[in-house]
Amino acid sequence: MSTEPLSAQQRRIDEAVAAAQAATTDGMSAGERYGVLYDHGLAWVNFPAGDGGLGVSTSLREYAAQQVAAAGLETPPRGSNTIGFGMAGPTIVAYGTAEQKKILRDIYTLDTIFCQLFSEPGAGSDLAAVATRAVAEGDVYKVSGQKVWTSGAQNADMAILVARTDTSVPKHQGLSYFLIDMHAPGVEVRGLRQITGEAEFNEVFLTDVEVPAANMLGEPGQGWKVANTTLNNERVAIGGGSPREGGMIGVVAQAWRDHPEYRDPLLQDRLLELWVEVEVARMMGERLSQKLAAGQPGPEGSGAKLSFALNNQELSSLDITLRGVDGLRYDTYEMRRPSEYSMTGRIPGYRYLRAKGNSIEGGTSEIIRNIISERVLGLPGEHRVDKDVAFKDLPK
Amino acid sequence: MTDIDLLPSEVEEDLRSSVRKLFTDRSDAESVAKLYDDPHTDTSGLDRAWAQELGLAALLVPEDLGGAGASAAEAAVVAEEIGRAVAPVRFLSSGVLATTLAVGVRAGDLAGRLAAGESFAAIAFTASSPQIRAELTVDGDGDSATVSGTVAGVMDGAGADEYLVVAGTGSDTVVALVAAEHVRTEAFLSFDQTRRLADVTFESAPATVLGRGEQAAQAVRTAEILGRIILAAEQYGVAQRAFDLTLEYIKGRRQFGRAIGSYQAIKHRMADLWLEVSQTGAATIYAARVAAAWQAGEQTEDEVELCSLVAGSYASTSAVHAAEEAVQLHGGNGMTWEYPLHLYLKRAKADELILGHAAAQRRALAPLIDLTA
Repeated sequence: MSTEPLSAQQRRIDEAVAAAQAATTDGMSAGERYGVLYDHGLAWVNFPAGDGGLGVSTSLREYAAQQVAAAGLETPPRGSNTIGFGMAGPTIVAYGTAEQKKILRDIYTLDTIFCQLFSEPGAGSDLAAVATRAVAEGDVYKVSGQKVWTSGAQNADMAILVARTDTSVPKHQGLSYFLIDMHAPGVEVRGLRQITGEAEFNEVFLTDVEVPAANMLGEPGQGWKVANTTLNNERVAIGGGSPREGGMIGVVAQAWRDHPEYRDPLLQDRLLELWVEVEVARMMGERLSQKLAAGQPGPEGSGAKLSFALNNQELSSLDITLRGVDGLRYDTYEMRRPSEYSMTGRIPGYRYLRAKGNSIEGGTSEIIRNIISERVLGLPGEHRVDKDVAFKDLPK
Repeated sequence: MTDIDLLPSEVEEDLRSSVRKLFTDRSDAESVAKLYDDPHTDTSGLDRAWAQELGLAALLVPEDLGGAGASAAEAAVVAEEIGRAVAPVRFLSSGVLATTLAVGVRAGDLAGRLAAGESFAAIAFTASSPQIRAELTVDGDGDSATVSGTVAGVMDGAGADEYLVVAGTGSDTVVALVAAEHVRTEAFLSFDQTRRLADVTFESAPATVLGRGEQAAQAVRTAEILGRIILAAEQYGVAQRAFDLTLEYIKGRRQFGRAIGSYQAIKHRMADLWLEVSQTGAATIYAARVAAAWQAGEQTEDEVELCSLVAGSYASTSAVHAAEEAVQLHGGNGMTWEYPLHLYLKRAKADELILGHAAAQRRALAPLIDLTA
């Protein structure tokens, strides 16, 4: 981390904001405006200069966002390129070659939308069990296999991919990490319908897809390590820094206020209990962000995802119960491809069903509990019978 | 709403280590357990130690009344350490509740005595009542009055040097002081012997009226709010220590050839408990810092009351949960007198009732967040 005083780093942010403001003109398209921010190091301020950043402390991201907003500069909606912003970007800047880093600008301007090809039917929580093969042939790799639970694949231009390049070594050692073109021949995306009726995510079938060797991020066999950079960023991206009554609790509390007929005294205490649960989780998130800003480690980060999932699920369930049969009016189970979605959107039934995913996506609550107990509490790890066995010799 | 700084200050960390040292040296688990074998154990030496030697009785008294002018944030640190040690001290009853009430009615002499650690006071109210008041008769319109009636289950009700009485509500509130010689106390063997309860009786006891009306009512509200926050900090200390003892135990205890802490059934319970205890810590420091800002005129009473009820209701439940998990995860050892877990379980369960159980606190929270039934 930089030893430059925070005040000096803040000054550099202020200067960059002023310069970006001066360089932004009325006639520019949205993409051009985002490009100006990128070129002035305001895309990811903690990234190095030249890669969309200013090389300042990660703790100043919030400060920079405030300054950019105060200057009236428009930023790209993160939700349009969630994987690109939160996962591909930080991984590429950590492991990418100069050539590979050129894509960072396109991620920020939304010209290149990313998705994530990690999970497979046989590799969910056990991600290192990925079976998709990438076989070197000259200066390309030929990739074949099946990925699943891939959000946004239907809109993606590129993907971050974990595939197996060596089956003769144990599972963690034979993986490599690639950037692949989602428009390449052999890539087939099929919507995978969810319990809500719609399809946010997909199955992705890869059949002899040719990926240039130059698109490998890191070295052959380094895929597990590179993927963990992505996953750590995923866990940081979820949760943290919300106002009181932000999210699902706000929706349910408002329903209680707006509808006197919902106010069953026997359900009131459950609502109050959940209000308190969400509030203490918010307070812990607040303390965590202050710790991180002060450069102190904050193991509470993994706890935030656990409480978020629990509280969302309990609240969305109570929401239906409070409303009686009105809670059972569903809007549509039609198979659709939503371009964006909100956990707090639509109707109670949808929110209840969607919230079920909160304890599964981005690491199941069971895996999070393993992580907390092993990495935070120092308890022994799970027995791993497949740890030292070559991947090809594992029972399938 | 101003930003609330949630990281410990250097002053607080110094305070923490001196309080921890006091209890490590003078009130270890073995000596605390003795309180259950001999209900008449004299703990006044320990009270003098925190109050006089460390000067902690002066914390919540402003400098112009002879105190240290510290805030709820420092008092919360002390309470957390008391909880960790399950220490049998009159900090909550005298150092926080009685002291805050005395300061609130500007009873300078009493505040001075309390601040110096020369005197320990108890407020005559039933420990489990959400309100600091009792159904007592206070006769007399002037500066002196007589007090009659009985109050069941007063915290540290036996052995106090003086007794505060709160009667009436709103503009009829009256706060009076009765000397110990005019009070009949009957301590009963308490579920939690680290904070003994007593039935307290006044029979036409002569009293000095310290305050009346709105000022007195405000002093009572302030004591209730600070009391809840400081109690929550104590509960956090109980919960964290019970958790720490358990974590240490499951790493060392082996069954079926491996540490029981390697089994997922236990790991996952501990992960959940860690989250609950960590959230308790965040909620209590948050409330204490908001209270400190309120004392400095930088937060509203509604906000500090809300935070006190959030921290209070959450910590009540989580401390009991942590102590119960501690007993269970220690297996047969958790049921023994020899292991200290029972001290934490008893303290946590008794603490859960003080100033109103969790559901009563949530009921009080409802109007503040516009979620009434």
